[in-house]
Amino acid sequence: MEIFLQQIINGLVQGSVYALVALGYTMVYGILGLINFAHGEVVMTGAMLALSALTALIGWGVSPLLALPVSLMLAMAGCMALGYGIERIAYRPLRHAPRLAPLITAIGVSIVLQNLAMMIWGREYHAFPQLIINRPHLIFGAIINDIQIIIVVMAIGLMAGLMVVVHRTRLGRAMRAVAENQHAAQLMGVDVNRVISITFMIGSALAAVAGLMVSANYGLAHYYMGFLLGLKAFTAAVLGGIGNLRGAMLGGLLLGLIESLGAGYIGDITGGFMGSQYQDVFAFLVLIAVLVFRPSGLLGERLAERA
Amino acid sequence: MKNFKFSKRGLLFFLMFVAVLALPFITDALLGRGWVRIVDFAMLYIMLALGLNIVVGYAGLLDLGYIAFFAVGAYCYALTGSPHLALAFPQLFPDGVHLSFWIVLPMAAMLAGGMGVLLGAPTLRLRGDYLAIVTLGFGEIIRIFMNNLNAPVNLTNGPQGISRIDPVRIAGVSLNTTQSVFGITLPSVHLYFYLFLGFAALVAFVSHRLEKSRIGRAWMAIREDEIAASAMGINTRNLKLLAFAMGAMFGGVSGTLFAGFQGFVSPESFSLMESVMVLCMVVLGGMGHIYGVILGGLMLALLPEMLRHSVVPLQQAMFGKVIIDPESLRMLLFGIALIVVMLYRPAGLWPSPVRRRELASDEAAERV
Repeated sequence: MEIFLQQIINGLVQGSVYALVALGYTMVYGILGLINFAHGEVVMTGAMLALSALTALIGWGVSPLLALPVSLMLAMAGCMALGYGIERIAYRPLRHAPRLAPLITAIGVSIVLQNLAMMIWGREYHAFPQLIINRPHLIFGAIINDIQIIIVVMAIGLMAGLMVVVHRTRLGRAMRAVAENQHAAQLMGVDVNRVISITFMIGSALAAVAGLMVSANYGLAHYYMGFLLGLKAFTAAVLGGIGNLRGAMLGGLLLGLIESLGAGYIGDITGGFMGSQYQDVFAFLVLIAVLVFRPSGLLGERLAERA
Repeated sequence: MKNFKFSKRGLLFFLMFVAVLALPFITDALLGRGWVRIVDFAMLYIMLALGLNIVVGYAGLLDLGYIAFFAVGAYCYALTGSPHLALAFPQLFPDGVHLSFWIVLPMAAMLAGGMGVLLGAPTLRLRGDYLAIVTLGFGEIIRIFMNNLNAPVNLTNGPQGISRIDPVRIAGVSLNTTQSVFGITLPSVHLYFYLFLGFAALVAFVSHRLEKSRIGRAWMAIREDEIAASAMGINTRNLKLLAFAMGAMFGGVSGTLFAGFQGFVSPESFSLMESVMVLCMVVLGGMGHIYGVILGGLMLALLPEMLRHSVVPLQQAMFGKVIIDPESLRMLLFGIALIVVMLYRPAGLWPSPVRRRELASDEAAERV
């Protein structure tokens, strides 16, 4: 029972990170119908920027409680600029090009970002500085520590904030309108380019937060960390129904839970034949199963086939 | 006059043919010894790209896990043409299985094709991007299994991979040796070059015939408009499955060749990045156009190598020393090249004439 609860906690923490990253994928997909393959690298860049800022600030003797939010802000700003730049350079000129062209530029951007990061931060793992005393708490025998609590709370807060922005503000209405029909939105006076840019920036800001969360949780950051994280988060977005914000959140949490429960129990189920090294298989098996039985994802609308 | 024109064309083809045959000697003379091997890999990549072109270019199904079929082919030969199985089943195969390459080749092709159908059957109802992500997941699953199937029964030897795979033999002559034909010495890499060239030509020929056939036209109809195609009486499900199977078979064949050539396979060679690379070749070259795809394959296989050989001397000339890690610099330049080419030629470097026409008329329609 303790193990079960522990896996649930781990899954929730991991799942909230997936959800934040998945939101970035799903927002861009909802509006442009494009898989932003470079999004995982934006997460990585956010983590690296935050870590560098944090180390520098602490080195100057700034108190950790001030340094953490400041470096988070810096990382978010950096990633927003990056997201804006990526859209401007690699996607906007190709908006009316064949469908696969932006996919290739996205792959190009992701290769560029990864290697730039390797040049700047090197190949080694960077340790996350110990800022706050990370106290463990016992809940029915399972352990959850402060950082994990902060991650879950922050993720929920950010998601709630995003929902408010999308459903209650003028900007959100414009975003939904562009997602619905770009041409019609333009005719109604929506500045489509501006809305798309802002969407990328919001997604990238969330990615920066997620990057910081991951590196704080594992205590590590690495130039290659964005790849698998991005892949899993995209899986989460598809699982929930891509283009659907609630779906991305649900998909992220579910994926985190499935992964940690699967990895925890696969040994027992298969009688020791398979171990937790098959953790990554779960994400993809679930994905395939969902798509086969419910191709539009859990919360996605059943889309009519495009003529 | 007409006759003269034909012979001119024929002459051109003949000259190209001779040039391609002499290619390994040309690279030896001009660039250095190591290049034939790189050209060999380029040939393998061309085969893969042509195979993927059937799925993506003709039938319009985005496949991001294509390298899995390459892996299936490679592991097929690695298991049945090396001492490895002796580890897993010492009683059954005391010194491993050593089937001939030419027996394994059709078997691997069939197996890969079967895998293609197996993957395709449940997923073909999905729309483009979903299909992409499912195939991506499939590719990753295959790779994870290869990485971990070394316990409790050591089937794939895990991340260490399988080594000491038998070389390809033609009429009893191993291609891992140096041969001399008509007084010309042919090292192993040259022999493999001609083998790969032959297979690449075969794959290109089959692709070409498929493209012009009823099946090919049906694929393209599905690509352009699936509903209209099915209304015209095309069995879209079977044809899409066929596209998957054909593409997978070509992938399996090149995988088998890869295992024989390399003598060693490990899961590292079958990462998602490789799938992406092959897809880039197809799209960058010009989807659905055989010449374009060959060009794309050649470029993307050779470009990173050229960059490898030029970034270090360039830095030394400019700064007097190597200040930026050459490996990341070369990948950085590669990424930039991908972006720039796509920005200026979104339909690929050498798109097929039909496709170019379609794109032009699309633009015209949009302007109206």
